[in-house]
Amino acid sequence: MAEPFAVRDCALIAIATGQYAYTLAELRDRLEIIPLSCIYYHFWGGLLRPKFDNPEYQNDFAIWVYHGLRDKPLAERMSLIDPSKYHDLEDLRSELIDILEERIDESELLPWMKANQRFYFVRSQTVVFDTRVRLDTPELLGEHIPHMSLGSVFYHFIDARRRPPWGRDDFTHWVSGFGDDYAELAEQISQIDPYFTSLVELRDELTRVFAAHTPGGGA
Amino acid sequence: MATLLDQYEEITGTDVIDQLRQLAKLLGGKRIIHINSTKAGGGVAEILHRIIPLKKELGIDTVWETITGDADFFQCTKLMHNTLQGNRFDIPDYLLRHYEAVNRENAERLRGLLEEADVVFIHDPQPAAMIESMPARKGKWIWRCHIDVSSPYRPVWKYLRDFVRGYDASVWSLSEFAQRLPHPMYLIPPSIDPLSDKNIELSPEELGKTYARWDLDPQRPIITQISRFDRFKDPLGVIRAYRLVKEFTPVQLILAGGGATDDPEGEEVFNEVKTSAGDDPDVHILLLPPDDNLTINALQRISDIILQKSTREGFGLTVTEALWKGKPVIGGDTGGIRLQVVNHHTGFLVNTPEGAALRIRYLLKRREKLEEMGQKAREFVRENFLITRHLREYLTLIFAVANETQDRIELL
Repeated sequence: MAEPFAVRDCALIAIATGQYAYTLAELRDRLEIIPLSCIYYHFWGGLLRPKFDNPEYQNDFAIWVYHGLRDKPLAERMSLIDPSKYHDLEDLRSELIDILEERIDESELLPWMKANQRFYFVRSQTVVFDTRVRLDTPELLGEHIPHMSLGSVFYHFIDARRRPPWGRDDFTHWVSGFGDDYAELAEQISQIDPYFTSLVELRDELTRVFAAHTPGGGA
Repeated sequence: MATLLDQYEEITGTDVIDQLRQLAKLLGGKRIIHINSTKAGGGVAEILHRIIPLKKELGIDTVWETITGDADFFQCTKLMHNTLQGNRFDIPDYLLRHYEAVNRENAERLRGLLEEADVVFIHDPQPAAMIESMPARKGKWIWRCHIDVSSPYRPVWKYLRDFVRGYDASVWSLSEFAQRLPHPMYLIPPSIDPLSDKNIELSPEELGKTYARWDLDPQRPIITQISRFDRFKDPLGVIRAYRLVKEFTPVQLILAGGGATDDPEGEEVFNEVKTSAGDDPDVHILLLPPDDNLTINALQRISDIILQKSTREGFGLTVTEALWKGKPVIGGDTGGIRLQVVNHHTGFLVNTPEGAALRIRYLLKRREKLEEMGQKAREFVRENFLITRHLREYLTLIFAVANETQDRIELL
C-alpha cells in the first residue's frame, strides 16, 4: 500500500535584483553572474505570474528576445530549452549562454542592438507548506484536484520535476505505485504538457484526465 | 451576514481563500503593524481599509496606525512624492529637518507598539524616517513603496535612501521602479478590490441613469479614458484617435478624471483638451470629484472600449479596473500597462493615436472579438490582480523576509 498523497502548497514571491539588460551582450554578461534563483524564476516562475499562454515562447528570456529585440531565430532556439531536463540549474544556465553565444557569433551587429525595453532579472523565494490534506487513493486525489490551489498544482506538477525522481511530476509518480489498473492514468498524466497552458487550464486538464482514467471515474 | 472572506470566496473561488487561511495559520501569533499617513483618501488608505479587516478575519494580529503631521510636514512629503516621480525640484532644507522632527515625534508616540511588533510595514515616504528612532526594534521592518520611482529626482531619492537602506526589505510595484538597495527588494504589484464602489457590480437601472446624466446615446459605441488631465496620459492623443475613428464609424468619447488640485499643469492641460474637443457634442469631458467612484465605475461599464493611452504610467490601476469590468483596453506601451494589456487577449498596446484608432476600429467592427477579449480580461484580473492575491503576497513576504537567505522555505 502506497503512502497517502500529502497535498502541499506553495507561494512564490519575486525579488528584484537591480540587474537588467538592454542588449544581447549585456544579457550574456549578466547571465554569467546572476543567482541561480533568477534562472529558476525566468523559466518556471512564469506559470505563477500574470501572463497568457504564449505558444511560441515559453520562458522570459525568449519572450524578451522576441518582443524587445525582434530576433525570432534566437527566441525560437531559447524557447526550445526544456528546463525540466536540467537537474542542476547551473547546467541550464550554461545551455542558455551557449545558445546566446552561438547567436551572437552569427552577427556583428546583433549583440549591440538596443531592445525597446529592458530585461529585468528577477529572482524568487518559494514558501512551501503542508495543507495537512492526505489522500489514500487515486480516486480521492482525482476528486480533490479541482479544489486544489494553483500553488498546489504548481508544486506537484511543475516544481516536482526539479526534485527526485527528476523530471517527473508528483501525481504520475504516486499513481504509478498503484499497479497496472492505474498505469494508463499515470501515462496520461505524464503526457500533459505543462508549458502550453495556464495553471487554471492545467488543473482542468488534470481533473479531466483523472475522471476519464480512474477505474470507476467519470469515463 | 456574509463575512468579507465569504464575499471574496464567491468571486475568487474556495481554493484562493483556503490558501490564505493556511498561510495565516502558519503565521502563529505574529503581530503585524501597518503605518501610513492617512486613513482617508488615496490608494494606500483604500487598500489598507480592505487588507486590514481581511487579515483580522484570517485571525492575524494586525494593527493599522497613521502618523500625524502639520501643513509643513505634508508640504514636504508632497514635494517628495512629486520629485520621486520625476519632477526636478530641490526641497528646502528647513522642510527636510521638519520632516525628520515629525517622524521622531511619531516614533516616540508609537514606540511601545513598534518596538515589540514582529513585522512593521511602513508605507511610502511619509513615515519612512521613523526607523532612525527605533534602534531597539525587535521585528522586521519593511518599506512599501507605492510610488513610480522609475526616474526619481536623484538628490531627493538619495536623501530618502539613507533612511530606507536601514530597513530589512522593501516592496515595489514593478521591477522598473526598484532602486538599488542593500536589502531584498520584493515585487508585489498592486490590486483592485472587487467589492469597492469603484468596482462593485451596478444594476442596469443605475447604468441607464448614467447615459441620461451625461447626455450619452446608448445606441452608439462609447470609448472612454479615465485619468487625470496630465500630459503623460496623452488626452490630446486620445481625441486624435477618436477623430480618426469617427471618419469611419459613429462613436462617442468620454474623457473623465479628477481635478488635479496639486498639479499646476493640470488646469493648463484641461484647457488644451477643451480647446481640442471644440464644440463636438460627442466628446464628453468630465471633471469629476476625486471620490466619485460610483460614477467612474458606471462610465467604465457603459463603455465599449477603455483607453489608457499613456506615454508614461505607473502600474495603471484604471486599466485593471476596466479589465475587471470585461472591457478590452487599448493602452500605451509603457509601465504597468504592459503587464496587464496582452495583445489580442486583453486589449492592445499602442504607441500612437493612429495605432489606437486602428485597434478601436478593429474591435468595434469585430464585436465577437471585443466580447471574447472582455471575458478574458475579467478572468485575467480575477487570477492576478485582485486584493486576495495582494494579501497572499504580503503573507508570503513575511516568511520570505524571515528567511531571506533561502530560495526555498519549507514550512513542513
